[in-house]
Amino acid sequence: MGFLRNASRLDGLIERLESAEGLEDLQVLIEELRDEYGVDHIVYHWVNSAGEQYGCGTYDLEWVNRYVEKGYLRIDPVIQGCYQRFHPVNWKRLDWSSKAARAFLEDAITHGIGNQGYSIPIRGPNGQFALFTMSHNGSDEGWERFTGDNRRDLILVAHYFNSKALEFEPGRTPEAAQSLSPREIEAMTLLAIGYNRAQAADTLSISEHTLRVYIESARHKLGAMNTTHAVARALSRGVIVV
Amino acid sequence: MIRYIYGNDLHKFPKLARTMFLDRADQFKTRLGWDVTVDARGFERDEYDAENPLYVIWENKDGTHGGSMRLLPTVGRTMVNDHFIHLTDGVHIESPLIWECTRFCLARGAAPGVAAALMLAGGEVMQEFGVMHYVGVFDARMVRIYKRIGSSPDILGQEGEGRAMIAVGLWEFSAEAQAKVARTAGITPEMSKRWFARSFGEIVDEAGLIAA
Repeated sequence: MGFLRNASRLDGLIERLESAEGLEDLQVLIEELRDEYGVDHIVYHWVNSAGEQYGCGTYDLEWVNRYVEKGYLRIDPVIQGCYQRFHPVNWKRLDWSSKAARAFLEDAITHGIGNQGYSIPIRGPNGQFALFTMSHNGSDEGWERFTGDNRRDLILVAHYFNSKALEFEPGRTPEAAQSLSPREIEAMTLLAIGYNRAQAADTLSISEHTLRVYIESARHKLGAMNTTHAVARALSRGVIVV
Repeated sequence: MIRYIYGNDLHKFPKLARTMFLDRADQFKTRLGWDVTVDARGFERDEYDAENPLYVIWENKDGTHGGSMRLLPTVGRTMVNDHFIHLTDGVHIESPLIWECTRFCLARGAAPGVAAALMLAGGEVMQEFGVMHYVGVFDARMVRIYKRIGSSPDILGQEGEGRAMIAVGLWEFSAEAQAKVARTAGITPEMSKRWFARSFGEIVDEAGLIAA
C-alpha cells in the first residue's frame, strides 16, 4: 500500500479512463489502479437516475453474490453513511454498533474485504449516485496516513470514474463539457508560456489565491489530475494557443 | 457547540432547524433587506436548501440556533454559479476540491465567539474532507467580522452599496489562520475535533466491535 509516486502513470490512467467505451474498460482500469496503489480492493458502484445499479471492482464474485443474496445493502453502514452525502468517509467513523452491522463486518473481513475502508460518495445529476471505495487489511495508523496522503487524487479519480459512468447512462444526450471562460483560458495560457503563478496573477491583476481557484476550476473541466497535465491537455485540444 | 448536519437529517434536530430558518429570515430579510423568500412559517429557505447541503450550526445551550452556514459541492448546483457569475470574472467555479459556503448567519445577540467557531468548523471540514477552497457569498457586515476573527476572504467581486452590498469571496486553509480563529473563538483544537467526531463518528477499532 502506498503513494502513487509516479504521477504520470496516474495521468496516463486518467487518459485511458476518458477513452473508455464500456464497463469492461472500467474494470480493467480499476484493477490496474488497485495494483498501482497496492491496496486490497477498489470498487466503483453507481445507481443511475432510473434506479438501476452498476459496478466494477476487485471484490471476489463470491462476496458480491453473497452481498446481494443476504440483502446487505440494507445493513451496510457504508451505504447508510454515504447515501445522499458528499464527504469522503473513513469506515471506522461509521456506526457499526448494531448486531447486524457487526455480523456483516465479520463476514466481510472473512471474505477478504479487509478491516479498513475509505469511500467517496458522489452525487450526480437527476438523482444519480455513486460510491468509489478502497479497502485494505492493515493498521488504523497506516490507513489514516494512506488516505490522508492520497485523498486529493482519490477524490479526483472518483469523480472521473463518475463522469465516465454518466456517459454510459442509457438514452443520455451527451452534454457539452463545461467550456473554459476567457479568464480561465488567459490563466492557462500564461502558465503554458512559462509564467509562474505570481507573474500570472500579476498580469491578470488578480490575487494568487484567485488564480489558484481559476486554475483548479480549469483543471477540473479539462479532466486533468494536476496543473501540468491540465496545461498539456488545453494545448493538445487547442483550447489555448501559444 | 458546533453540529454538522445534512439537510435530510435536520428533522432530527427540530428546534435547532426551526430557529435556524427563523434567524435566517431575520438576518437576510428583516435586517439586510435581501430579496429572499420567507414562507408562511417565517422560514427563509431557498432552492439550495433543497439540494441536501451540509449545514454547520452553532447550537446554544438551550438547543436554539446561534449561527450557521451552508456548504455544497461546486460540482453540483451552486448559488455562485447560478446567480453571481458576473462577480467571478465569468468563471464557472467547479471542482470536487472547491465547496460553496453561503447563508452565513448569526442570530441576533449571538455570543462573540460564534462567528469564529463557525469558521473554525469550516477549517475542520477542509482538513478532514480534502476541500482546498471555499467560494462564498456574504454581506457587508461579514467583511468586518471575518477580519476581526482572522479569516478574511479574497474578494472576487461585489455589488450593491452599504448594507445591501453582496460579495463573492474565497477562503483556503492555513494552519496559522486556523490557530488564530481557534483563539478568537475560545475553543481548543481538541474540543473542535470532539464536536466533529460527534457529528461524523469516532474512529473505532473493529476488533473491539466484533468482540462486543
